[in-house]
Amino acid sequence: MNKENTLQLSQEDFISKPKAQSFFSKYKITLFLMTLPALIYIVIFHYVPIGGLVIAFKDYDSFSGIWGSPWTSMGGFQHFVDFVNLPNFGVILKNTLTLSVLSIVFNSLLPIVFALFLNEIRAHRYKRFIQTIMYAPYFISTVVLVGMLFAFFNGDNGIFTRLLRTFGYDGGSVMENPDYFAAIYVISGVWQGLGWWSIVYMGTLANVDPNLHDAAIIDGAGRLRRIFYVNFPAIVPLAVTMFIMSIGNVLNVGFEKVWLMQLQTNLSSSEIISTYVYRVSFPDFGLPQFSYATAIGLFNSAINIVILIIANKISKKVSETSLW
Amino acid sequence: MNRKSTGGELVFDIALMIIFGIIGLLFFIPFLHVIACSFSTPTEVVSGNVGIFPVKFSLEGYKNVFAKESLLTGFLNSLFYTGLGTVIQVSLQMLCAYPLSRKDFKAKGIINVILVLTMFISGGMIPTYILISQLHMLNTIWAIIIPGCVSVFNIIVIRTYITSSIPYELQEAAKIDGCGDFGIFLRVILPLSKPIILVMILYAIVGYWNNYFNALMYIQDSELFPLQRVLQDLLITNSGALGGTDINANEQLKYVIIVVSSIPLLVVYPFFQKYFEKGVTIGGVKG
Repeated sequence: MNKENTLQLSQEDFISKPKAQSFFSKYKITLFLMTLPALIYIVIFHYVPIGGLVIAFKDYDSFSGIWGSPWTSMGGFQHFVDFVNLPNFGVILKNTLTLSVLSIVFNSLLPIVFALFLNEIRAHRYKRFIQTIMYAPYFISTVVLVGMLFAFFNGDNGIFTRLLRTFGYDGGSVMENPDYFAAIYVISGVWQGLGWWSIVYMGTLANVDPNLHDAAIIDGAGRLRRIFYVNFPAIVPLAVTMFIMSIGNVLNVGFEKVWLMQLQTNLSSSEIISTYVYRVSFPDFGLPQFSYATAIGLFNSAINIVILIIANKISKKVSETSLW
Repeated sequence: MNRKSTGGELVFDIALMIIFGIIGLLFFIPFLHVIACSFSTPTEVVSGNVGIFPVKFSLEGYKNVFAKESLLTGFLNSLFYTGLGTVIQVSLQMLCAYPLSRKDFKAKGIINVILVLTMFISGGMIPTYILISQLHMLNTIWAIIIPGCVSVFNIIVIRTYITSSIPYELQEAAKIDGCGDFGIFLRVILPLSKPIILVMILYAIVGYWNNYFNALMYIQDSELFPLQRVLQDLLITNSGALGGTDINANEQLKYVIIVVSSIPLLVVYPFFQKYFEKGVTIGGVKG
């Protein structure tokens, strides 16, 4: 990066040395002004809320404002202690981790396998056609996806309920059953994401040096062997990077989908950190607990960052691939 | 590459095509079922007779769906939000990405850090809510358009595209011809960035059309509800939002609503396929 930098700078100095630089071109004011709208957005809508995290250590009320509200006891850590001591804390953490880990495993591994084999199809048009179909679920909104799930698992006439009945199931809507929540969540996630997440791997596979394959053929390697010894190693670095990224988000289970799938009856396996945060922020009854909710969110992010750093360290040691 | 097909290879090829054919069909069956139900009579749908083909073909649902006022409002609102939001999002991202691709733009390092940091830390749900409320944006269209209108990840993808596929010499040539920095952006960069702009337009359209979170958080006024917020009431919450007294008809109507609300994106994306594949690949490699 740096090398390139100096190279380009010197090149420019020689080729287009401006005779008299105006203030604007010397300090690249125009370029700066172009970045300004996005910068202002980022500062207001990302950095100001980061500053707002301070209410996690306070008892926020809208009259005193963020700065005027009093600090909580225990050196400001009251809300964090409250959350960890919550009777439901274990269940909420367990649900969050279950959904997250299962999603990461399936959404990381299956697209790799899918891409490795799809890449072997030589009939170009057929391959494109399969890809087009596999992308379709990605364009369905979360609300519609959950709407489809409720319709398909309708206790009386849903197509999946009927299917399950042929296998001897005799209950009502599976959506209400906490035992099936994780399975429905993960499988519907795979349906939506398999095609889409295989795109990056297909792109990388298309760039594998054909000479490697030719060399492998000369060595007598068949199709399967070449998949495992030529193509697979080519996508490992990318797969590891993607995996670290998703591990760094291990406690960020998509709020929307879980929230929409939640029913009173499945709460025991569907209450996760983000839905709990929303629930205490905007309760059906009683006062909103903004400070408490913010503390939980901060707790969540802190753990994510720690896990990201650990995963990155491990990956650096084991596979020599890392984010930084 | 010309490889000889041996008998074993041929079997392998055919087996692969069959397996992927089956996977593709399995993944597409949910769509077929929804479409089939949307064209069947309510009684057949509720009795569970519809598979992947319509039973007793009927357009009744489609006639009724256009009478749903809330759905129409949501549809029109979302069209508006998507149009406006896409213009804002794509412009801001393109404007910001180009300077970051310039090697002679010295502020790019610090700006980069400011942007990338936000990918790892964020204020979260409530501090953002408090901000939106203090800016008096609650229950305005801006609460739908603005939060999330710039994606740092997208900016990095655009920047990578510009540095890797537009030769720097072209920009220098334009400079010698008397183009200013903004002129280079307009006359050189934008015309040559068509593929990545199309990707960004698609992302923006999908993002705004499918956005539910902003409406859930910041909008109470049902006149302002975007489509997805309306769909929540119609498809999931079920609180009598469908109106009418015929339970069967309401059940069948849901399938029609799913078709009608998803059609716009499902019709559009195949035309963008070539472009978004490229965009995702850039993002995966560099992001």
